Amino acid sequence: MTENGSSHVDTIAISIPAKPEFLKIFRAAVSSICEIKGFCKDDLNNVILAVDESCSNIIKHAYGGPTDRPIQAKINISAEKFEIYLRDFGKKADPKKIKPRNLDDVRPGGLGVHFINSVMDEVVYDNSFDLGNQLKLVKNIIQK
Amino acid sequence: MELEVIKKNGTSILKITGDVDLYSSPQVRKQVVSLISKTDKNLLVDLTEVTYMDSSGVATLVEALQLTKKLGGKLKLYSLGTTVKDVFELSRLDKVFDICDNEQQAFEGI
Repeated sequence: MTENGSSHVDTIAISIPAKPEFLKIFRAAVSSICEIKGFCKDDLNNVILAVDESCSNIIKHAYGGPTDRPIQAKINISAEKFEIYLRDFGKKADPKKIKPRNLDDVRPGGLGVHFINSVMDEVVYDNSFDLGNQLKLVKNIIQK
Repeated sequence: MELEVIKKNGTSILKITGDVDLYSSPQVRKQVVSLISKTDKNLLVDLTEVTYMDSSGVATLVEALQLTKKLGGKLKLYSLGTTVKDVFELSRLDKVFDICDNEQQAFEGI
């Protein structure tokens, strides 16, 4: 804890080419960062799933497939909170059209957004940039 | 990720090892589709060694389930670790799939 009682926030930046084979780098990095901050296994797995699904969506939808163009991540992390900003430079997303599908409709695909919304406390899409999108994900960590 | 196909009592078992994600799920799909046919319509999937599964991996297994059902066969998943089980519960697909504790249980009714 810092002098004013709040937990110290570390900031980490990572960038990968938007290709499926590099997603495991993000997962490994997020896992290590959360471990360092003492997250429990459930919180850690939830954060990894949400970040991975978000990056997969960037590759599939913003970039329309694998590309050399980047996915840039800025992570602010403390013992109480995981916050990540995922930036792409692809096709602008319409936040109104990003919806989870009805789970009663059993079919392949369309589960990624449901996973992200289910496990994170805050999900904010920002397409106000000249190019591309930014997704903010927040997970509040309850210390046990 | 690694895939291993084992034939036991005339039934195919697909053993998946490692992470099933956007990169590796097309390989799983290709293998699953090649294993299910009119003459070999049942498939058991051993998930003991799966360390991570994303929505593309789940989608691949949903596709396999639909394919086996179409042919009048059965698809069973077994030995799911906590991480994989959580993903199935999150998607409520744990109620849709036949999920078994182990291989012996998976063979019941096949």
